[in-house]
Amino acid sequence: MPLVTGEEPRHPPRAPDGAASGAIALEMHLPQVAAPRGVGVRTVEVATSLGFMAAGAAAIADSLRLGAGWGADGPQSGYFPFWIGLLLVLAAAANLTGIAIAARPRGGELRGRAAPLFLSWDQARTVATVFVPTVAYVAAIPFIGLYVASALLVAWFMRRLGGFGLPAALGAGVTTAVVTFVVFEIWFLVALPKGPLEEFLGY
Amino acid sequence: MDEIGLLMQGFAVALQPDNLVLMLVGVVLGVLIGVLPGLGGANGIAILLPLTFAMPPVSAVIMLSCIYWGALFGGAITSILFNIPGEPWSVATTFDGYPMAQQGRAGEALTAAFTSSFVGAFIAVVMITFVAPVVAGFALRFGPPEFFAVMFLSFAAFIGMGRGSALKTVMAMMLGFLLAAVGMDAMTGQLRLTFGSTEMIRGFDFLVAVIGLFGISEILMSIEDGLRFRGQKARIDLKVVLRTWAELPRHWLIAMRSALIGCWMGITPAGATPASFMSYGVARRMSKHRAEFGKGRIEGVIAPETAAHAAGTSALLPMLTLGVPGSPTAAVLLGGLIMWGLQPGPMLFVEQKEFVWGLIASMYLGNVAGLLIVLVAVPWFAAILRVPFSVIAALILVVCAIGAYTVNNAEFDIVLMLAFGVIGYVLKKLDYPLAPLVLALVLGDRTEEAFRQSLLLSEGDLTVFFHNWLSGSIMAAGIVLAAWPLLSALRLRWARPAPA
Repeated sequence: MPLVTGEEPRHPPRAPDGAASGAIALEMHLPQVAAPRGVGVRTVEVATSLGFMAAGAAAIADSLRLGAGWGADGPQSGYFPFWIGLLLVLAAAANLTGIAIAARPRGGELRGRAAPLFLSWDQARTVATVFVPTVAYVAAIPFIGLYVASALLVAWFMRRLGGFGLPAALGAGVTTAVVTFVVFEIWFLVALPKGPLEEFLGY
Repeated sequence: MDEIGLLMQGFAVALQPDNLVLMLVGVVLGVLIGVLPGLGGANGIAILLPLTFAMPPVSAVIMLSCIYWGALFGGAITSILFNIPGEPWSVATTFDGYPMAQQGRAGEALTAAFTSSFVGAFIAVVMITFVAPVVAGFALRFGPPEFFAVMFLSFAAFIGMGRGSALKTVMAMMLGFLLAAVGMDAMTGQLRLTFGSTEMIRGFDFLVAVIGLFGISEILMSIEDGLRFRGQKARIDLKVVLRTWAELPRHWLIAMRSALIGCWMGITPAGATPASFMSYGVARRMSKHRAEFGKGRIEGVIAPETAAHAAGTSALLPMLTLGVPGSPTAAVLLGGLIMWGLQPGPMLFVEQKEFVWGLIASMYLGNVAGLLIVLVAVPWFAAILRVPFSVIAALILVVCAIGAYTVNNAEFDIVLMLAFGVIGYVLKKLDYPLAPLVLALVLGDRTEEAFRQSLLLSEGDLTVFFHNWLSGSIMAAGIVLAAWPLLSALRLRWARPAPA
């Protein structure tokens, strides 16, 4: 569920469920007066298609290594992934062709206007404020355990993004960790990754 | 009327005190999940699934499916009060629901939304009660070629009935199949697509993928436009509820039509989201007050909500009878069945009567409970959005990480979850549909198995899929659906020769 600021949300809600992602048709790229700069949609489209293509190619290569034909005991291991990989490469190639065709005739026209943006630098900065701590959180779990990492993540978000005071943020972080510990380790008997602190406390 | 008797036995299972409590817990959690950003039906259930391993399967599925009903109800709350669809299938509800709230008719809109959701679900459950055993009985005669044909048809439906680019649908789907193929090949024991990595031998667990694709990516999307919620106030009192209920029977035709659209779109795996849009569109086109739609017509709330809930519910019909889920959430439930040691497919109706009918009975009860809970507790649920985003986002990230870890007790899965989050973020922003990806990831192994077994039967002859009228006609329908985008593009070109 996206949040709203004073301005019109640039990206109306998308559809994580349901086949057709119906909401997508609503996407609008408002003509931007002072065109904010950022990463263009087309750049990311091309990169994504190339990524898909690479995945397909890797699948084809590995399937050929295993054998993608008919073995003594029926279809070989690579039979199914080979065709799937081939379809993926073909679809990605067709998609790239489509992007290239769409780009060509209107190229001159588009130059005057701002090309649709995937992410403006402003948005990228906002996303990074969430994404970077999340990466740090995931990276820290193997070393300090999930509980301490979670406490730090909650405290960091509240302090830096929510503007809470340090005591409140730390308090909420510790509470989260303790509640999680009670619910998972004690009630459900599910062991979560633990670090030196839990070891010190005898768990 | 065997079904009635079996259903009564099902009620006996569902009405056990333990199961009733789980049902209520499920509905409340579900509404919460529906209201919160970054948590939806599919990944909410994915996160909680590992916690149910110790429960008896009936209780587990009752709780998890009630989370699903709750999420379906919850999506409407934020659509109407905040103009923010909590779930994608409630996007169409914002069109008229939010204007109603702005006019101070929030209570009316919410009551209409919840009641129509309930009606939609109820019609779908009645349909399931009587149609599912028939379909399952029919499917008992299926061999591998027929099963492959059914799966082919459901994947073709994504291509033919999707709204976005058909190429992107195909790409997302094929990626799902490839991810499913990673790891040990169950038929030959060979390692595939692992490229020497030991972590990849286990393959990609779709629960981890779901949590990343739907959860983490949603948090990243939400943050893009800022950090605040603005909403209308909601007060529902008995007077508003009764007044709205008195008005609703007038719209029975819209409700019935929307429920039919929903059931159809739910069984063919088009899903709740397109069902809600289509139903809204039809209601608008057939209305005498077409111009007033989008400005706060109650029909504009009834139509999408009825259809979305009917579709969400009937998505369980193919999941139960054929083992082919109709939506990502149904796919997660199917993953649950496998983990609880049940073999999805028509044999469920023969071997696991208690499970199947307990689940169906709990659908009736869960929706009644859901309706009552949301009507009573709307203000509290709406208040959750007053909690600062910084707190909610951090908690959701923690919950997602725990969910991803507990699937296999593997720290590497948390990293995978993050990677899937980034992939989901990019794909969503580029309008790639994620549902075919998830369904292909869930069904990939079984699709391949059916495909290979069929070829074994025929010794490599592909015409095996057309060996009888049944699989032949299913395959033919699938081919038409898959080729539909191409056909309609060609037809457009024919009808209108390219401008000189």
